[in-house]
Amino acid sequence: MKWRDPLILVVLIFVVWQVLYLLVGDVALRSPASTAHSLSNLLSDPRFLPHISETAIAFAQGFAIAVVVGLLIGLPLGAARFAGEVAEPILVALYSIPKVTLYPVILLMFGIGMPAKVAFGAIHGIVPISIFAMNAVRNINPTHLRTAQVMRMSFLDLTLNILVPAALPEIVTGIRVGFSLALIGTLLGEMFGSQRGLGHLLMQAMSLHNIERILALTLLLVVFAAGINALLLALDRRLHARA
Amino acid sequence: MPNALIVRIAIVVIAVGLLELLCRLGVIPNFTMIPPSAMAQSLWKILASGKFSHDIAATLVNVGIAIVAAMAAGVAAGTALQGWPAARRTLDPLFATYYAVPMYAFYPLLIVIFGLGDFPQVAIGFLLAVMAVIINTLNGLDRVPAVLLKTARVHRLGPLAAAWRVRLPYAAPYVFTGFKLAVAYSFIGVIGAEFITSSRGIGYEISFAYNNFDNPVMYAMILFILLLVITVNMSLHVWEKRLLSRRRRA
Repeated sequence: MKWRDPLILVVLIFVVWQVLYLLVGDVALRSPASTAHSLSNLLSDPRFLPHISETAIAFAQGFAIAVVVGLLIGLPLGAARFAGEVAEPILVALYSIPKVTLYPVILLMFGIGMPAKVAFGAIHGIVPISIFAMNAVRNINPTHLRTAQVMRMSFLDLTLNILVPAALPEIVTGIRVGFSLALIGTLLGEMFGSQRGLGHLLMQAMSLHNIERILALTLLLVVFAAGINALLLALDRRLHARA
Repeated sequence: MPNALIVRIAIVVIAVGLLELLCRLGVIPNFTMIPPSAMAQSLWKILASGKFSHDIAATLVNVGIAIVAAMAAGVAAGTALQGWPAARRTLDPLFATYYAVPMYAFYPLLIVIFGLGDFPQVAIGFLLAVMAVIINTLNGLDRVPAVLLKTARVHRLGPLAAAWRVRLPYAAPYVFTGFKLAVAYSFIGVIGAEFITSSRGIGYEISFAYNNFDNPVMYAMILFILLLVITVNMSLHVWEKRLLSRRRRA
């Protein structure tokens, strides 16, 4: 029952794709079946694997930095009410600006290559993670904290038994959002200033008008992003239901 | 909270001042970043000369089209889905994963299909923006009290009239939140797409200046985008607050 709706949706998407293909033809699109075929060819091509691992390494580093820095910014801001009030509009403004605009600045600072990609992924992920972490701490029920005080809990006990369980669900939501944005950031980074990685391949395929390649890469990225998001979403919902 | 506001302004002023100092002292070399005052000066000159008026207009028109289309389509789709629970349940996983998918990955495909005109950029802006409107419209419509719906039935309003006169007005603040996000996402989508590949627009001019090591122009236009987007978002935020406080008084 739980799997029925997503399954229908996936089938629906492939049907729409196939119909679209029948309408526009080979000039602009490939059928789902032939895309799946070219993706499996791509995945078995040894020259393709370094690009995947390049993107994976850049993304993993960028995402890790985003989580650590985001929490380091967000958690204290949640605890200190006034600082949080000062910082929140600044964070929201940073969240809403098109960070692509800052790409030349990052390139000038880090040069073309791995560090620029990592930095670009990280700056996309940091802000949402810190906003969610700040709200997570801010919204901890003050009664719980006072109860802890009355019970003379040690700081360690307080952290383990109250702070973490209360704040974790929102923090996980923030990490889920940050995951998607850091991935987008990493790919954008590869599209502009890189000679390797999936984003670079996507740009290359676009300039060569290689529709097959574009579709195979897009399918790979969408499946990866949607798959991880589904896992994080399940974790997220379980944590929220328990709280 | 004027107190928080003062501290906030102070922080921004100090940050900009620090950047200015670091650039002037040469800690940050000039080929990496020019001082903020030089950015502002260069921006003033560019705006006064009207050199990029075409690009600015092109970007704003594309963003505008994406916003309007996303608002119209989003409210229509949200209203329709609210009246069709089976479809909504099926599409629910799509809503949940939508923003996890790197939308720019579709840009090459859109360029192949539609060519290198304005359409692919508008489409990316639209695609990013429309889901925020749909989700917030649904959220608002879910909160309409049953008594209002009953009143609509008593007055024998048809489904369209009920949506237009009762349900959407009630959901307006939530829909407005969706619009606000749509504005931010449209800017992100269109300008990002211009960066990847385009033949005109602010994003195009920035990457052109970058490739020619033209830092004064590049930083001036980056400053322009940041100021523009932040001003638009802040104004919408203030407007939203005013709308909400009026509703609370009523």
